[in-house]
Amino acid sequence: MAIVFEKTKGLSNVETHYCPGCTHGIIHRLVAEVLEEMDVLPKAIGVSPVGCSVLAFKYFNIDFQEAAHGRAPAVATGIKRVHPDKVVFTYQGDGDLASIGTAEIVHAAHRSENITTIFVNNAIYGMTGGQMAPTTLPGQKSTTSPLGRDPKHAGMPLKISEMFATIPGTAYVERVSVHDPVSIRNAKKAIRKAFEYQVAGKGFAMVEVLSTCPTNWGLSPVDSLTWLKDNMIPYYPLGNYKTLEEVK
Amino acid sequence: MLNEKIICAGFGGQGVMSMGMLITYAGMLEGKQVSWLPSYGVEMRGGTANCNVIVAEDAIGAPTVSNDATTAMVMNLPSLKKFENDLLKGGKLFINSSLIDVKSSREDIDVYYIPANEIAVSIGSGKVANLVMLGAYVAATNVVSIDSVKKALRKVFGASKEKMMPLNEAALQRGCDLVG
Amino acid sequence: MEKVLMKGNEAIGAAAIKAGCRYFFGYPITPQNEVPEYMAKELPKHGGVFLQAESEVAAINMVYGAAGAGARVMTSSSSPGLALKQEGLTYIAACELPCLVVNVVRGGPGLGGIQPAQSDYYQATRGGGNGDYKLIVLAPASLQELTDMVQEAFDLADYYRNPVMVLADGMIGQMMEPVAFGEIPQRTLPEKNWATTGTDGDRVPNVINSLFLAPEELEALNIRLQAKYQTIKANETRCEIYQLEDAEIVFTAYGTTARIVKNAIKVLKAEGIKAGLIRPMTLWPFPEAAYQALPETVKCILSVEMSCGQMVDDVRLAVESKVPVAFYGRSGGMIPTVDDIVAEAKQLLGR
Repeated sequence: MAIVFEKTKGLSNVETHYCPGCTHGIIHRLVAEVLEEMDVLPKAIGVSPVGCSVLAFKYFNIDFQEAAHGRAPAVATGIKRVHPDKVVFTYQGDGDLASIGTAEIVHAAHRSENITTIFVNNAIYGMTGGQMAPTTLPGQKSTTSPLGRDPKHAGMPLKISEMFATIPGTAYVERVSVHDPVSIRNAKKAIRKAFEYQVAGKGFAMVEVLSTCPTNWGLSPVDSLTWLKDNMIPYYPLGNYKTLEEVK
Repeated sequence: MLNEKIICAGFGGQGVMSMGMLITYAGMLEGKQVSWLPSYGVEMRGGTANCNVIVAEDAIGAPTVSNDATTAMVMNLPSLKKFENDLLKGGKLFINSSLIDVKSSREDIDVYYIPANEIAVSIGSGKVANLVMLGAYVAATNVVSIDSVKKALRKVFGASKEKMMPLNEAALQRGCDLVG
Repeated sequence: MEKVLMKGNEAIGAAAIKAGCRYFFGYPITPQNEVPEYMAKELPKHGGVFLQAESEVAAINMVYGAAGAGARVMTSSSSPGLALKQEGLTYIAACELPCLVVNVVRGGPGLGGIQPAQSDYYQATRGGGNGDYKLIVLAPASLQELTDMVQEAFDLADYYRNPVMVLADGMIGQMMEPVAFGEIPQRTLPEKNWATTGTDGDRVPNVINSLFLAPEELEALNIRLQAKYQTIKANETRCEIYQLEDAEIVFTAYGTTARIVKNAIKVLKAEGIKAGLIRPMTLWPFPEAAYQALPETVKCILSVEMSCGQMVDDVRLAVESKVPVAFYGRSGGMIPTVDDIVAEAKQLLGR
């Protein structure tokens, strides 16, 4: 009998701890499928963050290092400088990348480290229980912005892709989403492109993936997808923010 | 027993660091215990530089020379003011009289007035004023021999500066002659 | 073996390269800048990589990545910079990654100064980050010892899968002294089959991780680490015992301070006072046994430090109140003089 579908070899058979409806699972799968399709699983080395995806090293079926909060790009730098021929990536959330780890990610991009960063933006701190993130939207309620984010008090949310497009060292920056099948397919294309940039030695590539957090948003999984579409995408427009040169 | 504690001081570019390094290297070549410690960081800013050198028979404790110097070589006026009183009684003070037109106020030390820049210029380059000073020091103290300093010149300045050697050695010799 | 005159900071770099270190990640801070400067110049010639990180925090995490990837790697810094590296160090210790960290200590607290000090003894020996962990801490007193220790540090790190710190001070870093680059005792080192090199498709993935959410698992890690630390304690504790026989007073000091103390011992001897020295060469593990085997003649111990009294805590623990332990220290970049030490000893002995 012909096999029409098979789970990617890039993921292990461990059950994940992600909440029902959380889109981390989709993003994990997209990354793993891309690595498998590019035939680079044997030479892939991932770096997981602190945040909900802290246990990513259990779910990917490749070598992994777990980094201190925000430091994944520095850890990936160390790995990549030792093994320039390997495929090294960081998988980071918005608290990790856009708050505590801004120095590390900006400078990895600025040096144009030849690594790939998957930046998962769900506009909230998930693991610690729903606190305000630098990406939390104006008016969005969180446990540390109980009346909704007040930009006068906490500033406007940080637009990472727009900001990274201005860094001379970035080779490829794209923002995608995973709220429906079309956007998921587009997300996979972008992730593949980001890894192709690395394999071609073009320098730092990042894909920002808009993601949901039904538990901490207080919404059902389906409503979360709708909320993402209606609220996040207008503030965080999807699309390509930087393409240094096309990579085939 | 030999326990020579030297302060070399001047402004940046006068070669006070290499002056100290040459004594250190020469001492090492003679099998003596040696150390060299530069001033560093903020202290280096503003154009003055100094280093501490110790040449001893016994193992060296702290590589610092504070108020227990046996020799001070000062290349400019601020250095004279700063270090003159760090000399022990009976110590030796070498003053670059080309640039310092005051006399030492100490009467319990030996003072040598060396017109280092004038001599250096007269033999070809003001840049070797430090070596004129060093030559005078070697002749006056015999802590290290002039031959060792000549060997050290090649170690400190490297082979690429070989063409400078005749001038360097001439400067050392003129300094020696002045005192010896 | 030919002796060369070298600056301490450069000797650190030269010794590391000789020991096979090929990766250096660091951030500028006085008085250790000649280490990164030397590495920036020399490592590329040896096929290595020097990278100036955006911060000490990033530098130590780059070390974590490179060590996890199986490389011989180091960083260096000075006191306030070391404080920033503590986060990375606890991860490195927890993941049992080998690396060398050099601390060219300057005076503190806060931004402090840039002159030599020994006030990072706690920061070095207590495991300055969170959790129960230890670095092997080597304390050289001369540039020759510095080069030997830096070379050996990499083997120690690989052998025990543990970060090693060389604790120097601004004087050791800045001074020049003759050094000879000799061969160090060879150890049979374990293969780094745990490193993240990519699976190559022929093994289960290697994971470098210090997150253990199950208390049983985390305790198991701690039990394993503590057992390793006991082995290190049994095998690697080092100190110099100097003129202890018949001593009335025993000094204890490490690094540069120990050199000054030796000169003070000579002065005391000339005045008919017998004094000795215990010089810890490993600050962790601390040479406790040396303080328990004192001759009957010893009336007191004097810990001399360029700090306000840090190592003296370990001395007191080791002595177990058998003899009085006194402290004399200078701080902020002030250096104890022979005269000061002699006077302090005489006062203690009532002479």
